[in-house]
Amino acid sequence: MIIVKGLSKAYQVAKRSPGVKEAMKALFKREYKVVEALNDISFTIEPGEIVGYIGPNGAGKSTTIKVMSGILVPDVGTCTVMGFTPWKDRVQYVKHIGVVFGQRSQLWWDVPVIDSFELLRDIYKVPEQEYQSTLALLTETLELQEIIHMPVRQLSLGQRMRCEIAASLLHSPSVLFLDEPTIGLDAVSKIAVRRFIRTINEEKGVTVILTTHDMNDIEALANRIILIGKGKLLYDGSLSAIRSQFGTLKTMTVVYSHHAEPLKVEGAVIESWTTERAVLSVDTAQTVISEVLISLSQQVEILDVAIDTLPIEDMIIQLYKEHQL
Amino acid sequence: MKAYISVFKLRLTYGLQYRTAALAGVATQFFWGFIIIMVFEAFYSGTVTDPPITLKQLITYVWLQQAFLAFIMLWFRDNELFQLITSGNIAYELCRPSGLYGLWYAKLLAQRLSSALLRSLPILAVALLLPEPYRLPLPADPAAFIMFVLALLLGLFLIVSLSMLMYISVFVTLSPAGSLLMFGVIGEFLAGMVIPVPLMPDWLQSIVYVLPFRWTADFPFRVYSGHIGTGEALIGIAIQIVWLALLITIGKLAMARVLRNVVVNGG
Repeated sequence: MIIVKGLSKAYQVAKRSPGVKEAMKALFKREYKVVEALNDISFTIEPGEIVGYIGPNGAGKSTTIKVMSGILVPDVGTCTVMGFTPWKDRVQYVKHIGVVFGQRSQLWWDVPVIDSFELLRDIYKVPEQEYQSTLALLTETLELQEIIHMPVRQLSLGQRMRCEIAASLLHSPSVLFLDEPTIGLDAVSKIAVRRFIRTINEEKGVTVILTTHDMNDIEALANRIILIGKGKLLYDGSLSAIRSQFGTLKTMTVVYSHHAEPLKVEGAVIESWTTERAVLSVDTAQTVISEVLISLSQQVEILDVAIDTLPIEDMIIQLYKEHQL
Repeated sequence: MKAYISVFKLRLTYGLQYRTAALAGVATQFFWGFIIIMVFEAFYSGTVTDPPITLKQLITYVWLQQAFLAFIMLWFRDNELFQLITSGNIAYELCRPSGLYGLWYAKLLAQRLSSALLRSLPILAVALLLPEPYRLPLPADPAAFIMFVLALLLGLFLIVSLSMLMYISVFVTLSPAGSLLMFGVIGEFLAGMVIPVPLMPDWLQSIVYVLPFRWTADFPFRVYSGHIGTGEALIGIAIQIVWLALLITIGKLAMARVLRNVVVNGG
């Protein structure tokens, strides 16, 4: 469905040191810095997948989305989505995709949401009957009944975002690009948005590519993640593969009755320590938990123990570290 | 096509909401109209040679200019479009399966039309009933009136094509201030908005006649007052159509060019 091969894109950015003198100099001679936003990115996405596209700020996530949605032209490389080259067959191609940029708005600010929807219906030439049924479905699943007749300027961020997502789906696209759809939303709205993405993926078979900084989004939605950093592709695979890679790392929180001296445990790293509580990290591939417990019980009187696997967020941080991002 | 009509309708209904702004506009236009007419009256009373346009025709020129200001002023702008370009929200517009040029054109057209609808009728109604010498006379003859309506509408399309070039230039400059000022000051002078074209010195008139600006304002107004006869008006309308085709072609080409190089930064 989506084939990306050897995609590279560099931006030219004007730069200048601070100060009036430098500013005067820049009037005559501009210095440019080349920023490589994408460097030889390749991947393939099958129909019906939900792919989490992650990476630190400035990694090139949004640039990739913009290339895939036909807004930017890459310097080198090819990209085919459903047989189209996005930036070449733009007008033909965009009928089949929906895009949500979490930080931008596509709704008309001063008119009721429904007016923007009807405009989109006409722009995408959606037949009236199809439009009504899609709208009914979107209104129900995204709970828009109350807000659809309100001007956009009076909506809260969460309400607006739900409308933005609905607006991107009115023409029933087969591919949906979501660039930070949950940015700035509260927990309830996030869950609503996630549930909705799940639903349209399962019921309508929409392929979803999603960028986010919220690992809960990824955990709830994506079966596959693509990690990029500094424009390079670092990891492409299932979430469970990462889990098993880092799954042997456990965090152990121990509470014990007052003990003045620091603990010493073979095979475990003490992350933090007080006279009553300690956090240890243990790699179960090297050390058996029971040995750690025995060693602990010999030193202190244990009151409580909690053992957790590494949260996915920490796994990603570990990945960033491995690639020195 | 339906999409363009839809944008047009939405922008039109939205523009018609601003009643207070229209009322204030009407008051301003009357004020300006009176002042300009008084100034010209003073000039005319002191002249010894035969002026190239009669005072009556000049008064017509001024009132029509005030009534249809939204049709003819170049600096009438849509800040939303400027923001779209400079803020990067243009990203969404680029994901639409219709040409940006047509959508924006329809939007700008509707904006000017809604603004003019609210302002022109009250101004015309009152100007037709004013005491002499301020009264706006009726059109020279029915044929002239039909020609005037045609020329005015074509002029509206022309001004939108011209201002599209201004919006396109913002893709390159990223700030509307410069192009707005240049277009506004130079374009409006050349359209006869400051000094009516017939009163300009001959050498300046010959420059004005080869540029598109006068076809938006000066031409329709002079057709109304009969200063330009029906035969000449027909030729003029043909020239308007040629200019329109030329400007739209240039605009579309320029748009396609800037869109190829557009870079939307940030998340």
